[in-house]
Amino acid sequence: MLQKIYDWIDDRIDITPIWRDIADHEVPEHVNPAHHFSAFVYCFGGLTFFVVVIQILSGMFLTMYYVPDIENAWKSVYYLQTEVAHGQIVRGMHHWGASVVIVMLLLHTLRVFFQGAYKKPRELNWIVGVLIFFIMLGLGFTGYLLPWDNKAFFATQVGLEIAEQVPFIGTQLKTLLSGDPSIVGAQTLTRFFAIHVFFLPAALFGLMAAHFILIRRQGISGPL
Amino acid sequence: MHKGKGMKFVGDSRISAERKPNVPKDYSEYPGRTEAFWPNFLLKEWLVGAVFLAGFLTLTLAHPSPLEGVADPTNAAYIPLPDWYFLFLYELLKYEFASGDWTILGILVLPGIAFGGLLLAPFLDNGPGRRPHQRPIAVGMMILGLASVMWLTYESAAHVDWESRAEANKPIPASDVEIDTEDPGYAIYENSCLQCHGDDLQGGGAAPALIGTEHSAEEIATIAVEGIGSMPPEQFQGSDEELQQLVDFIVSVNEQAE
Repeated sequence: MLQKIYDWIDDRIDITPIWRDIADHEVPEHVNPAHHFSAFVYCFGGLTFFVVVIQILSGMFLTMYYVPDIENAWKSVYYLQTEVAHGQIVRGMHHWGASVVIVMLLLHTLRVFFQGAYKKPRELNWIVGVLIFFIMLGLGFTGYLLPWDNKAFFATQVGLEIAEQVPFIGTQLKTLLSGDPSIVGAQTLTRFFAIHVFFLPAALFGLMAAHFILIRRQGISGPL
Repeated sequence: MHKGKGMKFVGDSRISAERKPNVPKDYSEYPGRTEAFWPNFLLKEWLVGAVFLAGFLTLTLAHPSPLEGVADPTNAAYIPLPDWYFLFLYELLKYEFASGDWTILGILVLPGIAFGGLLLAPFLDNGPGRRPHQRPIAVGMMILGLASVMWLTYESAAHVDWESRAEANKPIPASDVEIDTEDPGYAIYENSCLQCHGDDLQGGGAAPALIGTEHSAEEIATIAVEGIGSMPPEQFQGSDEELQQLVDFIVSVNEQAE
């Protein structure tokens, strides 16, 4: 039955080459922890991806309750945290995932760096990876404001003041982020929400796609 | 791949009518103990992922995500702190050479050099050798950068009393609790406690909320006289009868809140 469905689809869209591109590749011995335990360092990239998936899924569920407006943002998070079934767990996953993903990214970056795996021909993939790192920090910064508690508000205020001190474009930069040259308020929250939920994830998906396509193209770097 | 004349397509599409068999590549002649990703290796990866997820969920359950009181822009006593992975940047700006006239150095030049160097690492470290000892400058810079980030983060976080911070900023739901300002206890509260604990018992920058307190009536009486933690003693000065009224008032508000 499954085979028939597969054949039916394959007849029409020739899925076999696509499927083989995704699934059919080799795992060399030196990255396989089953053969060399120290190869567990190669897991960090995959675990980063795993946590990103957790972040996407938990984030999608959080937006079912979250309201990005200064009157209700904190109340909606409090409600989610105290009243909604498993709300605390879902928010906990998103909160801790934000930290764990940074840790995993850091470990992955260090693995690649100390193995010199970014050397020719993999320079471009390193750059894409560092850009992913920056996007992640941006997601952390914008996500911090969303619960609209004291910690969020004052940390964001400090962050925006730092942005303001950039020469020449400081005020414009701050206005772009917060919606007003001096107020951290309703506009700031909606902007950070949009950046956190739409702009940065879109950039992240594009970069991750490029990262994975390049890995598949070039293969994993050889043993040292 | 079929080329030239005689190509057949599905309908009017560009899909070849010739079927390719879905056969995995043969890895038997690859060097070493190479394994197919699908499904052999994926199965093991799945196991690692499951163990990781169990650990992650344990963390989530053991430490519920924090939420502080609703943002209050007028709260001048609040000491802001960014998330832990920005602490090193925050700490850097406290140094003399990175603040004041030198702010540009702290917010742009130093982070710019560090992150720019990271971004362009393959071009700065462009020799053929991959082993760390073959590229001492790159590895040295990375270790230096890593050590300074860790040091700055430690410096920033070590002096923070996280527990009392969390305690002082507990979330208080917008309560429907009506504070009975006619209560004789309220007058005493106004004199002795209101300045720090707020006019709705909601707490403030230096003092926790009194709504939802975990202390018993006797403990409240003791704390009012002897203080606790950063609260100095003898905040309440009056007769035992007044103390009783004060405690009754706080307890009654708490009972109402439940």
